[in-house]
Amino acid sequence: MTAWQTAMPLAGFAGGLLIGLAAAMMLLGLGRIAGVSGLAARAIGLGNGAPWPIAAMFVVGLPLGAGIVSRIAGGTPVHFPTAVVPLVIGGLLVGFGTRLGSGCTSGHGVCGLSRFSPRSLAATISFMLAGFFTVAVVRLMEAGL
Amino acid sequence: MNPKPVVALAAGVLFGAGLAVSGMVDPARVLGFLDIAGRWDPTLAFVMGGAMLPMMVAWRIRANMMVPVAADRFHEPVTLPITISLIAGALLFGIGWGLSGLCPGPALADVALVPASVLPFLIAMLAGFGLHRIMTRLTDPARPNPPQTRPGA
Repeated sequence: MTAWQTAMPLAGFAGGLLIGLAAAMMLLGLGRIAGVSGLAARAIGLGNGAPWPIAAMFVVGLPLGAGIVSRIAGGTPVHFPTAVVPLVIGGLLVGFGTRLGSGCTSGHGVCGLSRFSPRSLAATISFMLAGFFTVAVVRLMEAGL
Repeated sequence: MNPKPVVALAAGVLFGAGLAVSGMVDPARVLGFLDIAGRWDPTLAFVMGGAMLPMMVAWRIRANMMVPVAADRFHEPVTLPITISLIAGALLFGIGWGLSGLCPGPALADVALVPASVLPFLIAMLAGFGLHRIMTRLTDPARPNPPQTRPGA
């Protein structure tokens, strides 16, 4: 039960800097918020309006960038939940919730908080608390309570 | 040549690289952060901190810019009040995040790493996008965009 056992503070911070630079590039280069949920929905026409090729380019870049790093590093550890049901229910809730709440970890968390937006702060606190609560409930159920 | 697609692609690549470097492509690590009562893994907090720094500088630079470098205007979200939709949406998102360990960025980045594993999540996420789009159309068919609530109204 020791915290920090698996932590990678330096790699996390370095990766965070890259994410922040990417978001800065979207803001200062294109005048857009790098909110992945919004861009992904708009890329395929499930946001506000018709499919948008610029958003699609950003979305295609995500696996490209992750793939390049994984190739250079000789593999990146990824452990998925073994059950498919939580993934499907989780995906539905993430998709619907991020649209209803106008953003996710990147839009509200990174872009909104760095701008001291009260809306983004309220959203980030809400999804963090919901995440903590959900994992706690899942852990209790796994323990057979 | 139109620079916009190139800038968007480069930003996406950089963002995806950051997700891989930081370990955020791993749902187990994200669940470790959310598991505050268990073996807590604080890595995600360092990622958020690292991402915040360039963006805080970027907002400062933006305040002194009339137009973006490669576009004709800034498209920033209009300042809206804190609404029930915002909080309800964020809570639903948080539950889905806690169930799967995935949010949209890492899920899309994982297409390059574990395509078969992430596929059910991605299809469901797109269905969620679609569901919201249909709901918006049904409840407010005259306005395809979210209603522009006036502060104080």
